[in-house]
Amino acid sequence: MGSTTAGIVFIGSLLLALAAVHVPLGDYMYRVYSSPRHSRVERALYKVMGVDPEGEQTWGVYARSVLAFSLVSVLVLYGLQRLQGVLPYSLGLDGVEDQVAWNTAVSFVTNTNWQAYSGESTMGYLTQMAGLAVQNFVSAAVGMSVAVALVRGFARTRTSELGNFWVDLTRGTLRILLPVAVVGAIVLVAGGVVQNFADPHTVTTIAGQRQAIPGGPVASQEVIKELGTNGGGFYNANSAHPFENPTAWTNWIEIFLLLLIASALPRTFGRIVGQKRQGYAIAAVMAVLAVIAVCATTAAQVVHHGTVPQAAGAAAEGTETRFGIVGSAMFAAATTLTSTGAVDSAHDSYTSLGGGILMVNMMLGEVAPGGVGSGLYGMLILAVIAVFVAGLMVGRTPEYLGKRIGAREIKFASLYFLVTPALVLVGTGVAMALPGPRASMLNGGPHGFSEVLYAFTSAAGNNGSAFAGLAAATWFYDVALGLAMLLGRFLPVVLVLGLAGSLARQAPVPASAGTLPTHRPLFVGMVVGVAVVLVALTFFPALALGPLAEGIR
Amino acid sequence: MSSRDLRTRPSGRRPEAGHPAAGRPRTGRVGGGLLDPGQLLVSLPAALRKLDPRAMWRNPVMLIVEVGAVWTTILAVIGPSSFSVLIAVWLWLTVLFANLAEAVAEGRGKAQADTLRKAKKDTFARRLRGWTPGAAALGEEEVPAADLRRGDVVVVEAGQIIPGDGDVVEGIASVDESAITGESAPVIRESGGDRSAVTGGTRVLSDRIVVEITQRPGESFIDRMIGLVEGAARQKTPNEIALNILLAALTIIFLVATATMQPFVIYAKSANPGVPDSAALDGNGVTGVVLVALLVCLIPTTIGALLSAIGIAGMDRLVQRNVLAMSGRAVEAAGDVDTLLLDKTGTITLGNRQAAQFIPVGGVTEEALADAAQLSSLADATPEGRSIVVHAKETYGLRERSPGELAHADWIPFAARTRMSGVDVDGRRLRKGAAGAVAAWVREQGGQVPPALGETVDGIAAAGGTPLVVGEVRPGPDGAPRAEVLGVIHLKDVVKQGMRARFDHMRAMGIKTIMVTGDNPLTARAIAEEAGVDDYLAEARPEDKLAFIRAEQQGGRLVAMTGDGTNDAPALAQADVGVAMNTGTSAAKEAGNMVDLDSDPTKLIEIVEIGKQLLITRGALTTFSIANDVAKYFAIIPALFVTLFPGLDALNVMRLTSPESAILSAVVFNALVIVALIPLALRGVRYRPGPASRLLRRNLSLYGLGGVLAPFAGIKVIDLIIQFIPGIS
Repeated sequence: MGSTTAGIVFIGSLLLALAAVHVPLGDYMYRVYSSPRHSRVERALYKVMGVDPEGEQTWGVYARSVLAFSLVSVLVLYGLQRLQGVLPYSLGLDGVEDQVAWNTAVSFVTNTNWQAYSGESTMGYLTQMAGLAVQNFVSAAVGMSVAVALVRGFARTRTSELGNFWVDLTRGTLRILLPVAVVGAIVLVAGGVVQNFADPHTVTTIAGQRQAIPGGPVASQEVIKELGTNGGGFYNANSAHPFENPTAWTNWIEIFLLLLIASALPRTFGRIVGQKRQGYAIAAVMAVLAVIAVCATTAAQVVHHGTVPQAAGAAAEGTETRFGIVGSAMFAAATTLTSTGAVDSAHDSYTSLGGGILMVNMMLGEVAPGGVGSGLYGMLILAVIAVFVAGLMVGRTPEYLGKRIGAREIKFASLYFLVTPALVLVGTGVAMALPGPRASMLNGGPHGFSEVLYAFTSAAGNNGSAFAGLAAATWFYDVALGLAMLLGRFLPVVLVLGLAGSLARQAPVPASAGTLPTHRPLFVGMVVGVAVVLVALTFFPALALGPLAEGIR
Repeated sequence: MSSRDLRTRPSGRRPEAGHPAAGRPRTGRVGGGLLDPGQLLVSLPAALRKLDPRAMWRNPVMLIVEVGAVWTTILAVIGPSSFSVLIAVWLWLTVLFANLAEAVAEGRGKAQADTLRKAKKDTFARRLRGWTPGAAALGEEEVPAADLRRGDVVVVEAGQIIPGDGDVVEGIASVDESAITGESAPVIRESGGDRSAVTGGTRVLSDRIVVEITQRPGESFIDRMIGLVEGAARQKTPNEIALNILLAALTIIFLVATATMQPFVIYAKSANPGVPDSAALDGNGVTGVVLVALLVCLIPTTIGALLSAIGIAGMDRLVQRNVLAMSGRAVEAAGDVDTLLLDKTGTITLGNRQAAQFIPVGGVTEEALADAAQLSSLADATPEGRSIVVHAKETYGLRERSPGELAHADWIPFAARTRMSGVDVDGRRLRKGAAGAVAAWVREQGGQVPPALGETVDGIAAAGGTPLVVGEVRPGPDGAPRAEVLGVIHLKDVVKQGMRARFDHMRAMGIKTIMVTGDNPLTARAIAEEAGVDDYLAEARPEDKLAFIRAEQQGGRLVAMTGDGTNDAPALAQADVGVAMNTGTSAAKEAGNMVDLDSDPTKLIEIVEIGKQLLITRGALTTFSIANDVAKYFAIIPALFVTLFPGLDALNVMRLTSPESAILSAVVFNALVIVALIPLALRGVRYRPGPASRLLRRNLSLYGLGGVLAPFAGIKVIDLIIQFIPGIS
């Protein structure tokens, strides 16, 4: 099998597998979030938390619950890291440095998993498992809760209630993430990912030097890293490390896992609003954007005019030979299209255009299919904007799913899509204006600029992947990227919940022949157009000075 | 003065002049005014006055352009070059064109307002003291009309101007309302009933009426009309507010995008020290002039410039149809309407029933019946009677005889008691009238009534028609009078021409049409089926209408209706779009949110179309404006950075001459497109009724795809011209 055929089989089988689980998983998640029953474990948890599981929340209370939970999470995670030296299972590692601990705490709670540290040499097992892994679960569950609350806003009428955050959080963790993670971890272990609590092995290398090789509970971390679109690796090398991602098969499984929930959520959305075709339309928008992005990334890597890539047949620098060009490009596209940020190759080493496309994937708002939950709500915001811009053209006040998009709704939606570009551009602008942050760039010229742009895009978009090259473990980047992550996560969350609240209050507008159809290919094309023209093009000047300047000859 | 001349502008063509308000073929577009180049010139002073930043405050997008224009002007003065001067000039022109659009739209209203002001003369009122119904007043005093309060009672006599809005409480008079409606034929206004409302500024032509004033000072109908047509009272509508929020958000994003570009560029410039400074780029980054130019090109100036003109023009289109909307909100709501409540009589059917068929009974021939029917109706001046004569002529070729030809005939006029009319001529006695009355008459004269008659009569009634029976008494072969029933005339409601097609359009637009009638359900259903409405409300009382509207609104639907009577007022107030007839009571006019000066209920359909057109125009120009950005990016960004990174020339897809010409071309295009679209904004985009999916496909390809492609061509053409300006290429 030639490498081209292998690549097509790799990507094709992934798409087929995702399509196959779309309906059953989406329906399952619909039942999870709609079921009136609570399991015994859940009841016990609610008692501990002091939560009435039947009590529904308004958008304000829901938002405050999200923020309070996340604030506590940040504090706990920060404390765990700082106190690491005196806690067990530290592997003899000291407490984490102040600004790194803040950056990491924010990073994992915001589902970003930007890592300003090297995993194996900074975090002990307790911090990894009780801190980081827990956040890998719950930060993902938070994203899904917010998405479900927004969908309820569309589905419900004349109410201020959007569900109960604590119930959604608990169910998402226990009923969706945990079971899939258990199965996934076993599959990964079977595929060769390590899972132990052993002390690092010390081996003598061929050169005669002694080297410590750390093991650890990797598979259990790895699976939720992908499934929850987190991306924080156990090791510094992330999914390029052979203990995290040993073979092309585990590579396939990891890509599958990181796309799994986000790509099935449109089905859940369709079920909750009671119109499956609306879910298909949203899934179609995601699919169109994703397919274009994957093809473009792969093409940029395979067809390149550099001297070395031409000699090698493709841009192989920075990729692992066991994954190949297509396996790496697919992983890179998937990790930036979702908010995962795990990497199995060095994005810094990608061709300039290939790297640029990875940035565009994130700049689109990570909506194709996006992070777990955040992808769906980001996409629904784009749909609301598309409905508003083009919806007037059918001669009615724009409506989406029977809800009028009026001043209040458009205020929340516009502010939502203001947040990420503003954070990215202001952050990058400040970094480029200051000599200190500029010195962190590994390369000069447009490539160095791309490194900074990538870092802020990744942080504000809660992606977490790094372009490498940038020495981000400085006071400036730890603080600035931490702020970008924090604001890039929670401002949109509050705005989404505000939108959900104002949608839920409305009386439904019955659909008629005069209503803008939002399930047809034309609408799918419109949302794609809005994503490209309104969102991606905002970054055109920046891209022109970075990847485009470098890549076009 | 003809009925509509009042609404014309002082100069220029009137597009809709003299078209009949009803029965217009619906295949055409909802039209508006065309743009007269002279009008641009006339509006120029107003546009210049609008440059005042305090006036620009209402339009944040254009305010930013103005601030940018000021800044570039300062920069151009400090470091003059043909490039910076031209950019500054064109930025000022951009602002000016935007103001021009608004000024032109307002200018159309101003002319109408001036005409109205003439009607609002300072008059004196004859206020009655201690007036009570039926009793003489205690006294009379002369006060200025402006001092009248609500509840004051005034007397107006022939030749005098009615001093304020009110209701006639005593008397009857003919009133010339041409100052308001443009209709020169006088109308009757009388106390009680549904024709009691009078408007201040109109003139009593005959008789004397006592009027109770219902307006507050300064809030008369004319005052409101003036405010409305001038746009002074204009408030932003809900959709306009939402759109403004989106435009503001876009503006902020582009502001951030251009401002943050500066550190990137400074870095890129310092990384390429060999690149010489240019008019666009130096060691301090992008020059101020270019930065402003880029920002102005990216922010949604096209829609920002035209947004208020679109709103004003939408109201104006209604005024041209003699409809006054009390708020822009109502016009917008008209576009959203889901259910139309239409009165049967006058809207769906012609006011009167007409003969449709002659059905003989017994051995009588159709021709004989037709002859008898015609004879018995010759002297019947009612529309029904005329229609029988006409039907006999058209269907049976019977020449219309004039009563004068039959000088010896004895005409028997219709009487409510006998419920018959007829003629006695040459020994024949013909009677035509209600079935029961004629049958009784025939029996009385010794004739037989065949059983088939009952069936025919019942059949017609069941089908919603009105049966008239024709009976005859004439000398038989034996000389003795012989009475018999000749047959039945089928009178039916005649549905106005083209109504079915209009309702089909409405259905395609997703609008449900409901016919409201006082008829019994059987009759109502027959007419509803013939007219093609979706549903009907039979034996409808005003409270039924109100309940129906509430039920529809409970289901999330917006309802529009027309009404004139005081008992319509609650329903008019409840409806999302309530169009009151100008002939109606002031209660009805107060309750509705629109007034139709022509009192034509059919206009409701046009109002809905105008509302939709208003929204479509906004959406289309927003889409166009945003789609334009693609080409502008491709014009400016490569041009800006090509000196730093020569590879970016590959993105210069339009092959523009130089960085300066590229930027200037984009700015010029951006300004000219506003002027080019003013007619569209005023006229509204082409609108054909149809399902949303078709409208979307059409408008999206025209304004979305067109919006992406048009500026590529436009900027290229401008570049080809301006490259000859020294200092640009």
